Amino acid sequence: MVLLTLLAAITVGIVRMRNLFAVVVLGGIYSFLMASVMIVLDAVDVAMTEASVGAGISTVLMLAALHLTKTEEAVPTHTPLLPLFVAVATGIVLVFGTFALPSFGVAETPMNMHVAPYYLQNSIPDTSVPNVVTSVLSSYRGFDTLGETTVIFTAGIAVLMLLKGKRELKPGPKRRRIRR
Amino acid sequence: MDLLQAIVAHYNHWIIIFLMVSGLYIVVARGNMIKKLVGLGLFQTSVYLLYLSPGKILGGTPPIISEQHTVYSNPLPHVLILTAIVVGVATLALGLALVVRINEAFGTIEEDEIFAGEEDE
Repeated sequence: MVLLTLLAAITVGIVRMRNLFAVVVLGGIYSFLMASVMIVLDAVDVAMTEASVGAGISTVLMLAALHLTKTEEAVPTHTPLLPLFVAVATGIVLVFGTFALPSFGVAETPMNMHVAPYYLQNSIPDTSVPNVVTSVLSSYRGFDTLGETTVIFTAGIAVLMLLKGKRELKPGPKRRRIRR
Repeated sequence: MDLLQAIVAHYNHWIIIFLMVSGLYIVVARGNMIKKLVGLGLFQTSVYLLYLSPGKILGGTPPIISEQHTVYSNPLPHVLILTAIVVGVATLALGLALVVRINEAFGTIEEDEIFAGEEDE
């Protein structure tokens, strides 16, 4: 609960800050907090991924992009009243919806009764992998993971194409250094 | 007493909604494109929590089968969210590459300045 409150506090900071560098660093802290929350929620694999990918790679990518652009955000010209109204209205509707959801930590919810017990019971006989997350990810749903890697591959190609066009625009000493 | 119980039972949902709504607000209200991507990330992580928190069972352990434990949390949301995190970083990289290209073509990453520059031409 304390961790969740901290998350909310950092979110307020991210919304209010104008210095993008500070925003990115706060984003890193946010990701680490998120990873701690995930450990509390028993999602250890997800927590490890979030700590390395969310706090590590994302922050590095953001900082690289900031290096290539600029770090100060302009003062907005129009008042944010309409977006504020839209956001608050959406929030109120969603909070109203939460009262129909099952409370936190209960085992007898439809989500936990439906297919999850099957994987928990059959993971060892079928794949002899004790970690159920691993066995579902790479054995039961292996083709989905293949699709996921395809998505990443496509994104990588797209990033390379976008940034390669840039280097051809201004061939300079930087390019020669790469060739050596 | 009822109110206290409602708060304990739904506190996670309310924090998730707060994160989601602030992400939405940043995406809509702010013109800076890197800030927009950070807001999109906030929205995304709130969805991770939305999936993970109902899978937690009080008294359960992480879903790694062993003889000492009998109650495990639901492993399926974990699998989904692992995939979502990795795809999320791929889309983030693509978005940042687009921002860098926009900065080269227009000299700015502020939405308002780009629109103003187009009107002048």
